[in-house]
Amino acid sequence: MAKFRVNGRQVEASGPGDAPLLWVLRDELGLTGTKFGCGVGQCGACTVHVDGQAIRSCLTPVSAVEGLSVTTIEGLGAGGVHPVQAAWVEAQAPQCGYCQSGQIMQAAALLSANPNPTDAEIEAAMDGNLCRCMAYVRIRKAVKLAARKGARGGPARKAEVRS
Amino acid sequence: MNRPLIPDPGRRRFLIAAGAAGAAFGFAAAAEAAVSLGPYSGAAAFEPSLWYAIDAQGIVTVNVVRAEMGQHVGTALARIVADELEADWDKVRIVHVDTDPKWGLMVTGGSWSVWQSYPFLSQAGAAGRIALIEAGAKILGVPASSCIARKGAVLAGKRSVSYGDIVAKGGLRTGFTDKELAALPIKPAAERRLIGGEFQARDIPAKTNGSAMFGIDAKIAGMVYARPVLPPTRNESKVVSVDESGAKGVPGYRGHLVLDDPSGTVPGWVLALGDSFVAADRAVRALKVTWENGPTAKVSDADLEARARTLIADAGAGSLVVNDPGVEAAFAAAKSKIEAEYATDAALHFQMEPLNALAFERNGVFEIHTGNQWQSLILPTLAKALGRPEASIVLKTYLLGGGFGRRLNGDYAVPAALAAKALGKPVKLVFTREDDTLFDSFRSPSVQRVRMAFGEGGRVTAMDHAAAAGWPTEVMAPFFMPKGANDRPFDPFAINGANHWYNVGAHRVRALSNDLANRAFRPGWLRSVGPGWTNWAVESAMDEAAHATGQDPLAFRLKMLDGAGRNAGSAPNAVGGARRQAAVLSRVAKAAGWGGKLPADVGLGLATTFGQERDMPTWTACAARVRVDRRTGEVKVEKLHIVVDAGAIIHPDGARAQMEGAALWGLSLALHEGATFRDGRIQETNLGAYTPLRMSDVPDLAIDFVDSDHAPVGLGEPATTVVAPAIGNAIFNAVGARVRRLPIRPDAVLAALKTA
Repeated sequence: MAKFRVNGRQVEASGPGDAPLLWVLRDELGLTGTKFGCGVGQCGACTVHVDGQAIRSCLTPVSAVEGLSVTTIEGLGAGGVHPVQAAWVEAQAPQCGYCQSGQIMQAAALLSANPNPTDAEIEAAMDGNLCRCMAYVRIRKAVKLAARKGARGGPARKAEVRS
Repeated sequence: MNRPLIPDPGRRRFLIAAGAAGAAFGFAAAAEAAVSLGPYSGAAAFEPSLWYAIDAQGIVTVNVVRAEMGQHVGTALARIVADELEADWDKVRIVHVDTDPKWGLMVTGGSWSVWQSYPFLSQAGAAGRIALIEAGAKILGVPASSCIARKGAVLAGKRSVSYGDIVAKGGLRTGFTDKELAALPIKPAAERRLIGGEFQARDIPAKTNGSAMFGIDAKIAGMVYARPVLPPTRNESKVVSVDESGAKGVPGYRGHLVLDDPSGTVPGWVLALGDSFVAADRAVRALKVTWENGPTAKVSDADLEARARTLIADAGAGSLVVNDPGVEAAFAAAKSKIEAEYATDAALHFQMEPLNALAFERNGVFEIHTGNQWQSLILPTLAKALGRPEASIVLKTYLLGGGFGRRLNGDYAVPAALAAKALGKPVKLVFTREDDTLFDSFRSPSVQRVRMAFGEGGRVTAMDHAAAAGWPTEVMAPFFMPKGANDRPFDPFAINGANHWYNVGAHRVRALSNDLANRAFRPGWLRSVGPGWTNWAVESAMDEAAHATGQDPLAFRLKMLDGAGRNAGSAPNAVGGARRQAAVLSRVAKAAGWGGKLPADVGLGLATTFGQERDMPTWTACAARVRVDRRTGEVKVEKLHIVVDAGAIIHPDGARAQMEGAALWGLSLALHEGATFRDGRIQETNLGAYTPLRMSDVPDLAIDFVDSDHAPVGLGEPATTVVAPAIGNAIFNAVGARVRRLPIRPDAVLAALKTA
């Protein structure tokens, strides 16, 4: 019966404390933007923030976030579009899109800690996030774009969506 | 070359005409489709064809039968309609439709979508434009000949009437005969306003905020979760007993099912049921199932290779895909010859979204909610499994968390449907990653033998190519197999590429079905299919031949890409023939600095292919620059140059994204991905053991498109086909080591260095 906050909302998980946070988010709280990929913490599709840190929710028992604050892709923009999300659209980064929630959460955590990462730092931070479409060229481009636009802590802004 | 591979375009034309007279069913169904992008008014609509409707608010709903799996296909296809229709792009809505016989063949694969759809979607758009201009002219009180259509309105001088207002007024012409459709004025390239140029893909914003709906996200009240307990072999295992005593203590456990499958798709399957995925997952681990193993339970890679070599050695075996006279005579008279064997290991799809399906019956219809690439293929199987007519089953296609060919084979929908029928409740079946891998219809391991004969001056006088692998099309869609010159069927997706556009004198291509592979697992179509591995042999052999005869690999290839005889090409898809292939090869060589000086242990390698099919050539060439570590055998790819001629490009940024992804797939399959088949199953079931390319492995990419107004062809796969042989050839040019197996592992490079 873990109690914690998700995207600013107080919640309580009804299942066992050792259930992975990923499945509590998806099946119990209806937050399906966070994805199941490998189940062993090696693809990054399930990445969410716990008190601002990027973690793999498939390996995190829900009891471990008791009293903590979880942010998922749905809550990243907090009422708008986060600069990292805007950069993802501008770079046209997603292909199938399945890994992108995790990629975006990973990148947002990186830029929050390190607003101007080098190429090597981007690779080090993002290498744990598999993109099977291999959209890596644009993911890297989007991270840099977000960095240039000052993704760190910047206010959520409206995405420029040209179509 | 035989050519039964594609749906008959005549059928499509018929549907346009038939749809014109049809009712509004498409519209009602479209409102409930799993994936729709754009505004929806619910207003009554004008349907000039099956493929789109325009409502009284001017919103154009384009019905897309292709699945969205990362290629932004809805955007590309809707742009084709909207361009001819002169629609306002901001008012275009894209709907990925549910299955219905009226759509004809529903398949997303083969890099076919744009190529196949362009002609009839252009016609359909033009038909609507003409009908709207006729009706708009009446409203404006002017002759149609003095009107034009632009951005969703009909204009006569300074006066205009919007498409929405024309539709609201009614009385539009809806009937076009086949003859009229065929004669419709398709716009010249200079008049294109929405095809080409810069625009964003409609599906992308939802993929950045968690709102995109994939199959795994589908749900319905009262559903039971299920996870499979997989048998030891893909085929022929039988359940002997199930001991559930351990599972009974799992919170939320809801029992198990031993599936009885009249379609034979999932023999030996047990499903664990739970009131959550976590419960079903834990129950699987607690259930003890005993099986009677299938006869292939001990089959391993060595057995598969031995069978392949036996087939290759038997000159009477297989289907003759190319069978010129004079092959043996040319070898007998040859000044010199080469012969080499090339092999590829199994390769997994490993699409990021594990397989899943939600199934239930509602209002007398069995609904399957999932991501799927070939709905028309699995529907008859579902009908057999469920014992009900196809007409009472509907597939709702969600976004695919990766396709890459895995979801052409819809076998994963069958167990969900069987369970839903048995329980009388909705069943949500979700595979774990390990389940997904063990149930993958992976790319079969392959063995190929190439022989080449040379005459005066190193001229190629004959080429003899035999290729053996498991045949996905034989196992899953035998009706799709054409016949070879000896009247035996062959799997085009396990040999295309070998029937290349080089002039090699007497040419023989023999395709061999590895029957042991077909029995031991279910071979699958994997991105770039046959050309993804046949070209490993063709393009490696071309370099080996050039070196053996003392010729430059570039000049050697260009001489044979002369466009003579059957390689002259033909309209509409292959205008220019092999000479367009020569052009992309020359261009990539120049861009990469072919012939220039390179540092020690650095090499440049070339490869070129026609993409996927002779009927739809995508002229592709690659130059790979690699650095080889002689001490460890490790290969670092520094840069990939790729030039492609795919005809007219509909969505340039999307096309580039496909080229980038496909090229990196080629690199990943060349150096990072290979699976072991041992004791009847794949051994590398998750990441850690299986290691697709990561961001830090990405080299510099330089991708160039040839400017062209030729017919648009496929782009999703061709770049995958050239990368591995370009790397293999570069390794040879760097350090003199010839590798002949994919993936290229450091040990193989070290071994080849010893004999270099």
